[in-house]
Amino acid sequence: MCQTCGCALPDHLQHASTEHDVHTVEVLEGLKAHNDEVARHNREHFDRAGLLVVNLMSSPGAGKTRLLEATIEALGARYRLAVIEGDLETENDARRIRARGVPAVQITTGSACHLDAAMVHRAAHALPLDALDILFIENVGNLVCPASFDLGQHANVTLLSTPEGDDKPLKYPVMFRASDLVLITKTDLLPVLDDFDVEAVAAHMHRLASAAPVMALSSKSGPLDAWLAWLEAGLAERRRPFRPAPPAEGACLLSRPRGLA
Amino acid sequence: MHELSLCRSLVRQASRVAAEHGALRIRRVCLRIGPLSGVEAALMREAFPLASRHTAAEGARLEMARCPVRVHCPRCRQEAEASVNDLSCPRCGHWQTRLTGGDELLLVSVDLADTPLPPTG
Repeated sequence: MCQTCGCALPDHLQHASTEHDVHTVEVLEGLKAHNDEVARHNREHFDRAGLLVVNLMSSPGAGKTRLLEATIEALGARYRLAVIEGDLETENDARRIRARGVPAVQITTGSACHLDAAMVHRAAHALPLDALDILFIENVGNLVCPASFDLGQHANVTLLSTPEGDDKPLKYPVMFRASDLVLITKTDLLPVLDDFDVEAVAAHMHRLASAAPVMALSSKSGPLDAWLAWLEAGLAERRRPFRPAPPAEGACLLSRPRGLA
Repeated sequence: MHELSLCRSLVRQASRVAAEHGALRIRRVCLRIGPLSGVEAALMREAFPLASRHTAAEGARLEMARCPVRVHCPRCRQEAEASVNDLSCPRCGHWQTRLTGGDELLLVSVDLADTPLPPTG
């Protein structure tokens, strides 16, 4: 029954608009338009500063902070790193990062389950972006909500720790579809887990039509090489100067009549 | 529960449209939501009254049209319906498909009125 007037028409779409004082306005705008706009603004900041921004997402306890610690250990001497930490209540993670000599800005989200572009914007302004190479955003531990909010990052990295099970991509398709890289973490636990198949994760990613690479590592015992190489390649890509292709020998791209130069 | 923050931005967008048209009230808000948008329609329905309280959208009806997940297969050169966690081509099984529908999260239209809703029971 139509709730507007109580009539029995199942389709009240037209009905509402024929009511004398009601008119329908077509909008056709994404619900995340505002966040996307702020994210674009963030990306402009990041691009101008020439740094690589990586958004780390996972369920709580998959080892995002531990991965950052190991990454800082490996790359800290060669690159200028910084971290934006999203956490529900504590500053523990930011403290762990700062203890390794890397600047960390804590966003305490309270009860919010995800970071949004405006939070990252405020945090980014507390960092010397021009003096950085790689900025990590450690999102709130959650495989659902963070996937829906662009922060202005250049890449989404989703961690999947081995105790969680290899079928997470199928259970959280929105999150894993948004991933540019999947990192299987805590591989040092594989010998005691009999039901985690590293190969299956890649197969599940294919089922989501994603060609994102899947890497396996242990932040505790390594090897981190593939992950570090991925970061360095990403940074090189950000820093690659734009050079238009040189014109072919003798070719004239401008069709200006001769003699008018 | 990111649906609450999405509902807040929905109310902002709808209120802006109402203000642009000089309307006092929003009677109905129509959305299009795909299962791969990451949004649960049931949670949106719960969050909407909270997000719209004391705004022009208070009391408005929220209508959500669900969109199917659709993929285009470059091998078959055809579109087909798929499921949220299996986006491979249902015809030939090719995995490198392109999503053509199912991740929508769109404010389609709003119904505007100049008079407030009559009080209900």
